[in-house]
Amino acid sequence: MKRFFSSAFSRGLLWQLIGTLAGAGLVTGIRALMGLSVTDTFFFTEPAWVLGGLVGAVSYLFGSGVTADWVKWARGMDTPEHPEEHFSGWEKYINVSLDHKVIGIQYTIVALLLISIGGLFALIFRTELAASELQFLTTDMKLFGQNGPQLYNTLMSLHGMIMIVSILLGIAGIMNYVVPLLLGAQDMAFPRLNAFSFWIAVPAAVLLLMSLVLGGFDTGWTGYPPLSARAPVGMQMFFMGVFVAGWSSILGALNVIATVLRMRAKGMTAWRLPIFVWASVATSIIALTATQLIGLSFQLVMFQRLFGMGFFDPAKGGNPVLFQHLFWFYSHPAVYVFILPGLGVISELLPVFVRKPLFGYRWIAMSSLGIALVGFVVWAHHMFTSGMNEYLRVPFMYSTLLVAVPTGVKFFSWVATIWKGKISTPTPMLFVLGGIVVFLMGGLSGPPNATVSTDLHLHDTYFIVGHFHDTIFGGFVFPFFAAIYYWFPKATGRRMNETLGKLHFWLMTPSFFVLTFGMMYIGLLGMRRRIVDYDPALGFDTTHLILTIAGYLIATSVLVFFYNFFNSIKNGEKADGNVWNSRSPEWQVPSPMPTHNYDQAFEVVGEPYDYGLEGSKYIEFSTSAKSKH
Amino acid sequence: MRHFVIVGILVIAMAVLTYVGLDAAGVASQMHPVAASAQAASIDQLWNWEIIAMSFLFALIVVPMLYSLIVFRRKKGDTTDAEHIEGNTPLEIAWTVGPLILVVFFAYMGAYSLGEVRRADPQAFEVKVKAQQFTWTFEYPEYGFVSTELRLPVGRQAVLKMESVDVIHSFWVPEFRVKQDVVPGRVTEYRITPTLPGSYKVRCAELCGTSHAYMESPIVVTTQADYDSWVAEQQALAAAAQTPEGQGQLLSVKNGCTGCHSLDGSALTGPTWFGMYGKEEELADGATITVDDEYIVESILDPNAKIVSGFPSPSVMPPYQFTDDELASIVAYLKTLK
Repeated sequence: MKRFFSSAFSRGLLWQLIGTLAGAGLVTGIRALMGLSVTDTFFFTEPAWVLGGLVGAVSYLFGSGVTADWVKWARGMDTPEHPEEHFSGWEKYINVSLDHKVIGIQYTIVALLLISIGGLFALIFRTELAASELQFLTTDMKLFGQNGPQLYNTLMSLHGMIMIVSILLGIAGIMNYVVPLLLGAQDMAFPRLNAFSFWIAVPAAVLLLMSLVLGGFDTGWTGYPPLSARAPVGMQMFFMGVFVAGWSSILGALNVIATVLRMRAKGMTAWRLPIFVWASVATSIIALTATQLIGLSFQLVMFQRLFGMGFFDPAKGGNPVLFQHLFWFYSHPAVYVFILPGLGVISELLPVFVRKPLFGYRWIAMSSLGIALVGFVVWAHHMFTSGMNEYLRVPFMYSTLLVAVPTGVKFFSWVATIWKGKISTPTPMLFVLGGIVVFLMGGLSGPPNATVSTDLHLHDTYFIVGHFHDTIFGGFVFPFFAAIYYWFPKATGRRMNETLGKLHFWLMTPSFFVLTFGMMYIGLLGMRRRIVDYDPALGFDTTHLILTIAGYLIATSVLVFFYNFFNSIKNGEKADGNVWNSRSPEWQVPSPMPTHNYDQAFEVVGEPYDYGLEGSKYIEFSTSAKSKH
Repeated sequence: MRHFVIVGILVIAMAVLTYVGLDAAGVASQMHPVAASAQAASIDQLWNWEIIAMSFLFALIVVPMLYSLIVFRRKKGDTTDAEHIEGNTPLEIAWTVGPLILVVFFAYMGAYSLGEVRRADPQAFEVKVKAQQFTWTFEYPEYGFVSTELRLPVGRQAVLKMESVDVIHSFWVPEFRVKQDVVPGRVTEYRITPTLPGSYKVRCAELCGTSHAYMESPIVVTTQADYDSWVAEQQALAAAAQTPEGQGQLLSVKNGCTGCHSLDGSALTGPTWFGMYGKEEELADGATITVDDEYIVESILDPNAKIVSGFPSPSVMPPYQFTDDELASIVAYLKTLK
C-alpha cells in the first residue's frame, strides 16, 4: 500500500490537488484585491476553477516525474540513453517508464478503467430510460448541485466524452505496444515524449470527472454554444479536460509517425509493412492535424465565458453555427481516428486465423489512407439541419457518401480473405468476425444519414445513436477486445481463458445487436436523442426496457472479461511461444518480450501475409548482435 | 464454381428476406410514424430505396462470410495452411468502381429528394415561430394573433420563419419527417405541406437544457374550413384582450410562460399558476412568503431572487423585462386563475 501511495500516479494526484488549490487561490486573491466576488456556488469562482484546473494538470506532470529528464537537460545535466527500470511487477505500471510496452499497457489499463466509468454512467441513465416518466432522476433529487434531469444530462454528456477519451487511450495502447514490435524497433522514436503523452491523459481524465461534481453541464459532449456558454462551471472543467487530453493524442500521433518513418527493420519497405502499421499511420495523420480544432473551438467558448468575448454570441455579432464548423472539423475525422486502428487489427488478425494471405493488401492499405483523407472534407454532414448554407449541403452529401467506397473495399477484401480459408475461431477471431458484422451494420446505416433529405428525419434521433454505437463497437470495441485476447500472451507469457472469452463474446454480441437495432428502430419512430424522459403516448416503454436489459447484459459480459483479464495474469495457461502460429515478427521470439525487444535484429525478406506459400519467410534474424537504433 | 453458385443464390435469398423482414417491421416501404406531409412522401421513397440497397449489401457481405465459416472451417487435426491467394486486381477494381457508381446514384437521388423537400410554393402562408427554453409560440402575422399550438390547413404549404431567443432548438415533427434547427441571431425557414389531418406534436430535437425532453407543443392539421373557424375564434380572443386580464393572458402566451407554469394545478418545471395568488409558500431558504403583487413582479424581473422550495435552484427561468403596465396586467391575469 505504501508503495502505491509513493508511486508516480499518486504523487501526481497529490500535486494536482495542490496545484489546483494554488491556481484557484491565486485568482481568488487577485479578485479579492480587485474587489470582485471571491466565492460562488462551488466555493471558488469560475475563473479561479479554470486557472486552478490548468495549474493542477501541469502540476500533475511535474509531480509524477515524467518531465524529470527534461528538467535535468534544461539544467545542463546528462541522463542515460537507456534508463534502468527501477520497478518490477505491478509497480512498473503506476510509475513512469519509458518502455513502449509498459506505456502501451498503462494506456490500455486506463482505457479499460475509463470504459468502465463511462459504461457505469450509461447504465445509470439507461436504467432511468427503462420506462417513461422520471424514475429516480427526479426533479426532487439533488446531487452535486444538480437535480435529476440535470444530472441525467451531465452523465449522458460525460458518457460521450469519457468514452471518446478511453477510445483514444485504447488505440494509443495497442499502437504503442504493437507498432515498435511489428517494426522491429527497440522503442518508440521519442520515449520520453511517449511517456509524457500517456501521463498527461491522467490529469485530463481527472478534470473531466471534476465536471461532474462542479455542477455538471447539460450540453452533450458536443458543447454547442449558446447553451455551453450558460452551463454551470462544470462546463469549463469539461473543456479543460478535453483540451489537455488533446495533447496526449497529438503528441502520441507524432511519435507513431516518426517511429514508422525512421525505425523500421532492414528491408521493411512500404509494401511490406504490416497492415496494422498502415492503419496506425493513417489514424495518426488525422490525430496529429485535426485535434487542434476541437481544442480551439472549446477554448473559444471558454474565453467567451471568462472574458466576455462574443465569438458565438449573436448579441455581440458572434455566430453559433461557426462553432459547429470548427467543432466537427475535428470531431468527424475523430471517428476515423477511433475506427482505423480497429479495422487495422481486423486486417492484421484475419490472415492468421484463416491461414491465407490478406486479400488485396495494397488496396486495404490505401483504403485506410483514403478514409483518412476523405474524412477531412465531410464534417458538415453533422450540420444538415443547423441552418448552414443550404446549397453547401449537397457537396457535403457527395463527399460523405464517398467514404463508402474505401470502406467497401475493406469489407470485400475481408470477405475474400475469409473465402476458402482454413478458418479456426478462438476468442480473438470471434471478436474479429463480430467486429466485421457489427461494423457492417454501422456502415450500412450510415448512408441514410448522408443523403440530406432522409437525414432531416434521422438527425438527432436514436437512429443516429444506434448507427454511431454500431460503428464504434465494430470499429473499436470488438477489435480492441480481439487485440487484447490476441496479444495478451505476448505481454504476460500466459493466455486468457478460452471458455470465459467465448462466454464474453456470446453474451455481448447478441445483446449488442438487440441494443443498436432497437435504438435505430425507435429512432425512426420518433425517439429523440439526449432526453431524460419520453412521452408514454409514443409507446416506446417496452423497447426501452429491452434496451436496458441488453445494456446490463453487455455490462455483465465486460465483467466476465475483467475477471478473465486479471485472473489470467497470474493463473492463465502458460504460453510463451507462437500461440497463434503467426508469421509476424513479435511471435518468432519467446514471450514476454524483454525490455528492449528483440535480442537480435531481423531483416524483412518476404511478404508479411504469405500464408500457404511453401518455404516463404517474412523475416530472418541476423546472426550479428543486438539491433542498433 | 459450385460454391459461387450456392452463395449467389443464398445472397439473393438473404437480401429478399432482410428486406421483407424490415418491411414487416414497418421501417421500409410503409414507414411509421405515418407520413403526414408532401415532403415526407419524397423522403420515405428515398429511404425505401436505401433499405433495398442496404438489404442487398448486407447479404452480399454476411452470406459469403457465414458460408465460409461453415463450409471452409478448419477440419480437426489439419495444421496446413489454406490456398495461397494474394488478390485479384480486376475484382478489386470492380468493387471499387461498383460502389462508386452506387454512391453517385444515391447522392443524385438525395439531391433530387432535397430539391423536392425544399420546393417553395409562392402561395405559401407565413407563421412566425418563436422558440425558447422550453416552449414554442406561433404568431400568425396575417391575422395578428399568437397561439401556443400550431394549426395548419391541409394541402397548403406553410412557411415557418423561426427564431430563438436563447439557445439552439430544433423543430421536428416526426410525422412531417423534416427537421430544422432554430438558431439565436438568425431566422431559419421550414416549409411544410401537410397532407393528413390529425393531431401531432412538435418536439425539440436539439438538446436545449434541463427540460429539453418536455419542450413539446401540439400541432393540429385540419380542413381549410375548420382552420378558418379556428382563426376567427383566435382573432375574437385577441380582440377581447382589451381588459388588463386579457392583456396579461396574451403576454403570458406570447412569452411562452405556460410552457413551464401550468394553468390547471399540474406540476411542470415551474410552480403552477392555478390558485397561486394569495397562497403562502415556503422558500428554498426556509422563509415563508405570501404570493402578492410585489412577489410576482420581483419573480418575473429576477426569477432567482426568491425560489419556492422544491423547484430548481438556481432558477432555470430567464429574467424578463416588461413595462409597469404590462406587469400589472400579468398580475391581474394571475388573480383570475382560481
